[in-house]
Parts: sequence; C-alpha cells; structure tokens
Amino acid sequence: MTADTTLDLLDNDPVFNLKGGMLTMTVVELARLSQDHFARQLAEKVEQAPNFFVDTPVVIALDKLTDRIDAAALKGLLEICRQHGLQPVALRGGESFRPLAQSAGMVLVPVGRQREKSIETPALRPEPAPVAQAPRAAPSGGGKLITEPVRSGQQVYARGGDLIVMAPVSAGAELLADGHIHVYGPLRGRALAGVQGNTEARIFCQNLEAELVSIAGHYKVAEDLRKEKQWKQAVHISLDGDSLKMTAL
Amino acid sequence: MAKIIVVTSGKGGVGKTTTSAAIGTGLALRGFKTVIVDFDVGLRNLDLIMGCERRVVYDFVNLINGDSNLNQTLIKDKRSDMLFILPASQTRDKDALTPEGVERVLNELKETFDYIVCDSPAGIEKGAHLAMYFADEAVVVTNPEVSSVRDSDRMLGLLSSKSRRAENGEKIKEHLLLTRYNPERVENGEMLSVSDVEDILSIPLLGVIPESQAVLKASNQGVPVIMDDKSDAGQAYADAVERLLGKDMPHRFLELQKKGLLQRLFGGR
Repeated sequence: MTADTTLDLLDNDPVFNLKGGMLTMTVVELARLSQDHFARQLAEKVEQAPNFFVDTPVVIALDKLTDRIDAAALKGLLEICRQHGLQPVALRGGESFRPLAQSAGMVLVPVGRQREKSIETPALRPEPAPVAQAPRAAPSGGGKLITEPVRSGQQVYARGGDLIVMAPVSAGAELLADGHIHVYGPLRGRALAGVQGNTEARIFCQNLEAELVSIAGHYKVAEDLRKEKQWKQAVHISLDGDSLKMTAL
Repeated sequence: MAKIIVVTSGKGGVGKTTTSAAIGTGLALRGFKTVIVDFDVGLRNLDLIMGCERRVVYDFVNLINGDSNLNQTLIKDKRSDMLFILPASQTRDKDALTPEGVERVLNELKETFDYIVCDSPAGIEKGAHLAMYFADEAVVVTNPEVSSVRDSDRMLGLLSSKSRRAENGEKIKEHLLLTRYNPERVENGEMLSVSDVEDILSIPLLGVIPESQAVLKASNQGVPVIMDDKSDAGQAYADAVERLLGKDMPHRFLELQKKGLLQRLFGGR
C-alpha cells in the first residue's frame, strides 16, 4: 500500500491537460416568447436540414428577448428543443437570468462581444435554409452512402461518420462529414472532412477536380489544388501538421 | 397512360421553347395526341414559335382560375390534328400558378392526351418548379458551355429531390439534349464537346442539335423547326423524338463536315 502510494507520487505523467479552446456553438436567439410559434418554426428549420440538428449543443440566448420569461416557460422551450434533437447546454444573458439558469440546471454565459455578427445560422453551414434536399441515402452504421450523383447546389452531411459517394460530385455541390470522405467518381465540388475538428479525417477520391478540399478546417482551393501533380488523379488527402498532404492512390 | 415530359434547363436562352415545340410537334406527327403547355407566365413565347399567337383567347391562368374550360383554352395546331397548345398568360406573373391549379389542369389533360410537354421557364423559381414537379420524364436542354452545364446540373439535382416522383421515392427519367452544337468551334476548343458535357452531367444523351440558321428562320416564321426536314436541326430533332419513343438511333451532326474542294475555293458555307 505504502509502496503504491510512493509510486503514485513519483508518477508525474499528467492525467489531464487544461486547455483553452474555441467551440462553435449554435445560438438560439429568442426574440419573443411564444411556445407554439417556437415549436412550429423550429420544426420547419429542422426539416430543412434534419441531420444538422441531431445532438447539436445549443445556447439559448435571452438577451434579445422582449417578453419576461419564467422557469416554467423556459422548461417548455427546453423540452421543445430536446424533442428536435437539440441539446440546450447554456443560457446567454445578463446577471438577472442567473436564478433562472440555476433553476434549470444550466450554465449562464455572458453576452459575447461578437454580438454584431448576429449568428442566425450555424457557423459550420453558413446557408442551411436554401439547401436543396440531398439525394436519397441508404442508412448504414455511422456513415452515409450516396449512390446518386450529387448535383450543383446539393449538400450532403454525414454526421458522426464517414461519407461514401459512389457517383460524380458536381461543381457547386458540397460534401461534409465528421469522418472520412470517399468519392468513387470525379470530385468536382467541395469536400470537407472532419468538420467537427477531427484532424485524423481523410479524403479519398478517384479523380480530384475539387473546388475545395478541407480537413478539420485546413483547406485548399482549386487554384492551389490544380498545381498538385495529383490533379485529376486518384488521390488520398490527409492532414500533416497544418497543411494538407496529397498522396497518389 | 399519359406521360408528362418537362423541357427544362435552368439557364435562359438555351432553346427550351424551340425544343418543346419541336418535340411536341414530332410526337404529334408520329400519331400521339400531344399538348404543349407554356409555363412561362409573363414571358410567353411558345405561341410565337408555334405560329398561333393570333388565336390566343384564353390562357393557362384563366384555366387555373376557372374562367375558361379546356375546350375554350386549348389551341389546335393547324398542321396536325393531334397537336394542341396551352398558351401562358402574358399579363400575369408566375404567382398566378398554384400547385393545386396546375395539378388539376394536368390531370384533366391526362384524360385525353398521350403526351403533355411542359415548356419550363428559365430559373429555378416557382414557374420552373411547378413545370417539373408533376413530370414523368425530363428533357434537360443544355448548350455546350460551362454556365449552361452547371445550371442544368443544378436542375437535375432539383428534379431528383423536389419533384413529386422524387418525393414518392420514384425517379424521373432524365434525358440530355445538347443544343447549338457547333463541331467547328468544339474542334477549336471554344466549346465543350459532347463527351465533356456527358461526363459532367452523367445522364443519357437524347440528342445533339447542331447550331443552325434553320432554327432562327423557323422561329421567326412560327413553324417548329422539326417541320423543316431538309435542315440538319430539323433532322436532329426528329432523331431525338425517335429516341424519346425508345428507338435506338445513331447520333448525327457531331463531326465537322469536311469542306469540299469547290467550297474551299469559293469560301462557301
């Protein structure tokens, strides 16, 4: 026992690291209090991009709210959010909301300095509203399999997994995945792997003619891509430090 | 069972109305009772191309609003007993079209016609959406240049997601029609080739219509170009109609015609 304790004391390998990090979060900014309207409008948003809202952490912002909100009303709103797959984690607003936050068991975050940015839509997908519906996908494990061409204006997101496309991806189309992206056909649109920050994510394609490829936010556009000798070739793209590495397949 | 064919493109000025007129007329000439419906409310053109602009009394919007009935509104073509035109309204805009109204009119047309050819307006807004929403087959008209091809690609995406067939888990049969094709300019690298376009859009090729003076001439005379069976464009449209009906036809007018010695000497075209 004593020996163990001594050993433990000598063991200086850190068990954890404290790190400062920036997280992109969706903020639901309430303008007025109306449960019925909130439920309906949220349902419409979710319908436009169902994949996007699965287990999405959100901050409920009360600072723009004109009506008074009590614990019961807040509970109702949180319930609606959870029904649609959103996971409210914090309230945003002034100190006056602290008792309310405590009663709901949530964190109160101060009103940010970036208020002028007026985030209405999630930062990962700047324009979720006009997005065309993605081609039918066959559900599988954690990934997504697409067998129809992904056309200009369409967006496909494999949340929490890999995206496999067995058809051409046209210029103006966008592929997003939390994991890897595989394209068995020409890739002429955009491909963003590891969109939630997974630096191990990779992109594989049979024919690289992409407008943009990105892994965990590190990207290259066509202008640079076409200088690579793998342009229009089968290629495997991975993240090497801060830059994208292209390897012939 | 009546078939609804939408002629669409996304981009304007690529030859949708010319194609609608040619395909509609071609189907009628082959004995199918056909109606061509002009969905371009506010910018009606089909009546001009078909040469029936002076006989328009009622239009599509009147029909939807119940101001007129089918018999009053349909214009019978003078060249074929099997061909009818449903003109668009020139004085209204596309908001006058309602999904319920369009569906009712199309259902009514389905009872008597073999083919309903819908001439879509340009763009991807309401008019174009309604023109393709109820379609069974789509003819996507594309010029051999990049912006037209990209718009067609966008349109194909909408066909496979925002049409009724797509919503029911069925597929719209898609056909690619390449118009204004000029083999000489393709050879000079000024135009995309057939294989370039096929490669990008990856849908079956219905036909290639060569760029031709005959098209302009036919439009101005109000005669569908398919009636001009001496012209290359007319023949190419005729081939396309045969393919639409399931016949296997070789593609023509893809190669540059070698100029003969005399033509070269005298610079004739």
